[in-house]
Parts: sequence; C-alpha cells; structure tokens
Amino acid sequence: MSRMLNLVQAINEALDLKLADDARVVLLGEDIGKNGGVFRATDGLLEKYGEERVIDTPLAESAIIGTSIGMAVNGLIPVPEIQFLAFIFPALDQLFSHVARMRYRSQGQFPVPMTIRTPYGAGIHGPELHAESVESFFAHTPGLKVVVPSGPYDAKGLLISAIEDPDPVVFLEPTKLYRAFREEVPEGLYRVPIGKAKRVREGEDVSVFAWGSMLRTALKVAEALERERGFTCDVIDLRTLYPLDRDAIVESVQKTGRAVVVHEAHKTAGLGAEIVSLINEEALLYLRAPVKRIAGFDVPVPFFALEDEYMPTEARIRAGIEETITF
Amino acid sequence: MLAEHDRAERLTEIAKAEGLYEEIHLLKEDGTLAGPVDDIPPEVMVAMYRHMVFSRAFDRKAIALQRQGRIGTYAPFEGQEAAQVASAMALAPEDFVFPSYRDHAATMVLGQSPANVLLYWSGRVEGIRSPEGRHILPPSVPIATHVLHAVGAAWASRYRKESAVSIAYFGDGATSEGDFHEALNFAGVFHLPVIFFCQNNGYAISVPFARQSASRTIAQRAIAYDIVGVRVDGNDAFAVYRAVKEARSRALHGLGPTLIEAVTFRMGAHTTADDPTRYRDQKAVVEAWQKRDPIVRLRLYLESQKLWSEADEAKLQDEVKRRVEAAVEEALAIAPPDMEMMFDHVYAEEPWHLAAEREEYRRTREGVSV
Repeated sequence: MSRMLNLVQAINEALDLKLADDARVVLLGEDIGKNGGVFRATDGLLEKYGEERVIDTPLAESAIIGTSIGMAVNGLIPVPEIQFLAFIFPALDQLFSHVARMRYRSQGQFPVPMTIRTPYGAGIHGPELHAESVESFFAHTPGLKVVVPSGPYDAKGLLISAIEDPDPVVFLEPTKLYRAFREEVPEGLYRVPIGKAKRVREGEDVSVFAWGSMLRTALKVAEALERERGFTCDVIDLRTLYPLDRDAIVESVQKTGRAVVVHEAHKTAGLGAEIVSLINEEALLYLRAPVKRIAGFDVPVPFFALEDEYMPTEARIRAGIEETITF
Repeated sequence: MLAEHDRAERLTEIAKAEGLYEEIHLLKEDGTLAGPVDDIPPEVMVAMYRHMVFSRAFDRKAIALQRQGRIGTYAPFEGQEAAQVASAMALAPEDFVFPSYRDHAATMVLGQSPANVLLYWSGRVEGIRSPEGRHILPPSVPIATHVLHAVGAAWASRYRKESAVSIAYFGDGATSEGDFHEALNFAGVFHLPVIFFCQNNGYAISVPFARQSASRTIAQRAIAYDIVGVRVDGNDAFAVYRAVKEARSRALHGLGPTLIEAVTFRMGAHTTADDPTRYRDQKAVVEAWQKRDPIVRLRLYLESQKLWSEADEAKLQDEVKRRVEAAVEEALAIAPPDMEMMFDHVYAEEPWHLAAEREEYRRTREGVSV
C-alpha cells in the first residue's frame, strides 16, 4: 500500500516506524515533543512512544549532540533534531571533535551511530540564520556521512537507512520542500541506500548534478530546455553528499561530455568544487566544455527580502546549462 | 545590584547552613581522622595507598621519559592521586568513565594498563583502548565536551534500567565552558545517574581559579541546577571515596546527579611543554601543598592503625619500580605502527574514496611509480 505524502509526513513516518521497530531508537531535541517539532516532523510521536523515547530537551544544541554521543556509546541509537541548521553552530565542537572521531579514536570500540536531523536551506522566508546550507562543513569532516533527500519517497527510505547506519549521519532536510509537493510513499519500512545517487531525468547533452530543493528547480529548467530548445539533460540527484557516488557522476559525464553543478550553498569551497575536481580526476578527457557551478553567492545568506535572488534561480540555471551546451 | 548581591549572600548562607559546599575532611594532614571512617574497609584503604604510590611513580617516570624524548608531551597529575584513585575505587566495573587527558591514575585503577597510557602519549591510538569489560572512554582533549557524554551515557543506563552510573572527570577550567553548564542543566532536568567529578587543581594551565570563576567554589554551582553539590578535600582519599560512594548510591536510587569538587593541587606543570614558574611561585606553592600530600597522610594513618609497616613499604617500593619498568618496556617494545592504520575505523565500512587513498598511499609508499 502506498499513499500520497509530503516530505515532512514521510520523515514523520520513518521516525514512527523506527521507534516501533527498535527500542534503542530515541528522539531528542527542542520542541520535538508536545509541539511535534516546529515543522511537525515529530508530530504525534510523544503521545505514541512516551517521553522516555521522544524527549523535549532544554534549549542547548551542544548538549543535544553531546548527550547523544553518550547515549550512542552506551547502546542507544539517538536521533537528535537541531531546529535549524545554523543553530548547530554551538554544537560543532561536539560534532567535529567527538561525533566524527569517536569510532576512529577508540579504534572501533565506541562507535556512535546517530542521525542528526535538521531542516536546512533557503526558500521559506524565515528570519536570519534560518536559511543556511553549510553542508560542505560536514562533508569536509571525516567520520560523518551527509545525506540530503529531495522528495518524500527518498526522505523516508534514506532516513530509515540513516538510523540503521552504524556511522553518524547528518541528515539535512530541505525546509522548502517539507510541504511543497506530495509523492507516493509505501507504508512500512523500506530503505534507500546511502551513498547512491539517482538519475531523475535521462538526457544526452549535459549532466546536471543537484540535491535538496535545487534538484526541483534544476528539473524544471531541464524540462523547459527540452521543450523549448530540444536539449536533453541527464539530471542526477546526488542524495548523499558524503561519500559521493563517484560512479554515477563519472558515468553520466562520460556519456554527456558536459556537466553543471547546481547548489544553493556558497560557491567558494562548496560541494560543487569537490564534484568538479572529481570530474577532472576521473573524466577530464570526456569533457567538451568547462564544468560550471551555479551556486549561492559568496555572501552571507541575505535577509529574506533578497533570498530568492541569492538562491540559484531558474534563469541562472538555464543560462548556465545553455552556456555549457553551446560552449 | 545590591538586591542581587544580598540574594547571592543569602543563598550562600543557606547553602553553608545546608552543608552544601563546606570542604569535607576525614583524613587530616597529620594522618589522624576528623571523623569516623567505619564505612571504608581496611583492605580498601591499603589498596588505595598502593594505587597512589604506583600512580606517583608512574607519573614521575612518564615525565622522565618525555625529557629523554622517549614519549611525547605528557600531562602530569602529581598531587592529585587521592582525588583520582579514591574516586575510581568508589566505582563499579559496569560504570561508564569519561576521563580527561590528566586522569590516568583513575583509569589505571579501573584497569587501564600503564603501558597503554605511555602508548597514548607516544602518539599511538592503541593506547586509549578500553580494557575488556570496562567502559573507559578515550580521554577528552577539548575541555568539558565529555561532561555531556557522561550525561548521555547515564541517560542510556537509566533508559535500559541498568544499575550503572556515569562519571565525568574534569578540571576547574572546564567549569568555565558552556558544555559544563549544559551538562549540569540536562542532568538536573532529567535527574540522571551521573557524577560530575571536578578536580579543582588551582590552575587552568596558567589561569588561577580566582581568575577562572567569580564563584568562590565549584560545588556551589550545583545550587543553580538544584542538584547536590559536595566539596571535599581532594587530597583526602577517605573524603573523596565517601563522596563518590554516596553520589553513586544517590544516582542508583534515582536521586539524580551530584557535582563533586575535589580541592587539590597540580604540583607540576600543566604538561611537559609548560613552565609553571611563569605564572606562579612554584617553590612556595609546592612547599605549601606538600604539607597536604595525599600519600603521606594516608601512610601515616595506615601505620597508626598497624595496617602498614616499613617492611610493607619496602616491598611496595620494589614492586612499584618493577611494574613501572615493565610498563615502560612493554610500551617501548611495541612494534612501530602499520602506517595504514590511519585509514582504519573512520567508518564501519570503508567508502570508495578512502579505499582509493589507502591504495594510493600503498603504491607511493612502496616507491612504485604509476
């Protein structure tokens, strides 16, 4: 059986199923209990599983991640929620110094399986520091995995995989997509593998790599380009940003000979740079045009009156793809 | 301002009246008792002494090894033996222990091998492996971060209804960090079975406690979180032992966390890379604290109770020397590391790019051109 769910409902269902499936799973975070999360991702779970499993914590991000580490080394599988990605900054010490390193330092004695869930990205006209996309911080930190779903089906399957993963996973949920659309989502537990990208549109002229909410925008542009100019795009949703799916990236570029990376994070030292490097290392001689990055500008994510212009727009993406194809 | 000050004064008076952070003494500097110690079995007292003597010899040896260039930078703990040994002896094997980098006397009591401690300071990750069946976490290098880990582990123990507590070892400097506050706050809110064990050794590297904190004691911080605060003479093994025993029992009976401040002193440098004469009158403070030496007073007491003799001492000194030498030999005899170890245990399963980097390392190390 499957139903039409939006992304936040799919997240809720994944959490519900894992709480039911495994007594080691506990959720903790600010406002996740009675309030059901500010985006309602944990709605109804406190009533169902009680406050030992769904824990409203004091407002303290370092403590949410720090105590999750202790829980994990003592046999639980915590799923901490950080209310917005930029609020994780006070917890970066815990994340970088301990979450990412505990398995390594203890030589496998104390792994810390946990999934850190957080809404991220721009596009909902939130206040300051509610729209960042600093996924490259995490992708630059050995020991972490970084996962970004772009739709309800993947969100549920990836979150279940993340919770079951023996390593810590930073699970970034594109805020803009929480309620943007619905998709058929099967009932029950199913897994979408971490580390595997997905081709969401088949094409021959250019490879377009994107994730999160940018995937949707890139897809729209790809559809328009085919309709209007006959250009076909191989659109790849990376889904996992660390470790990247090398084979999916390289095979697509070998086929199309052109590539464009679209992300809303700042351009400099963003994930796009990593993907371009990977293409250079593995598929340079297949290229017929320089690989282009269409990214958020290298400015602090602006207040929301300017937000839509900060994010790669359809026009910018379209121009980038056209320039690459007609180079 | 005045009202706030009055309120703080009043709270202080109340706390004092409640005995919340009066420094507790049991074993005085001259080896006599300040109160009954019937709850501490004689064999525990003797074992404490043996551990403390060993720890000091080990510590001094480690400094010497560093000076000879045979191990790397080392963080000495001389002066803190009672705080570490007696607290560790009050724990049970199932407890979760979160040490900092200066807490080797405590971890060795709990089963960490002295050779491993030397290995750790020789830059070998193998040195922080927890002994089989124990839960000794790798020593935390960032300050106060691990205090939160102890809270989380205590949370998990309670969730599974297991009779184990968690203890975090940290210094006075850690109490200035936000994570210390967050840890006490969480533990207080959720009444978790955790012990916060602060060794107030007077200095966070060069900054004295008076500059570290406007509060006069660390124990008094407990009031703010509505948890039990205890201040003990950290050079008094009996007082430390009892404080931790009681905290452990309180935790297991669902009565929540305890903040223990063990007032002690770091006799030497922060690490072998530090020069304490830059920030304190080293000679004067060491002389003053030598009068409070935790080992001397315990020996005096044991002798007065006929639990220890000159002959016992001679035998122990011999044994300690042998054990320290054996640890050094074991640590220094270990084969050089397989350099490829750096790629191990980053993830449960090696991702493709790490496998590629490992392969690249292997090829270039062997000098095979590609």
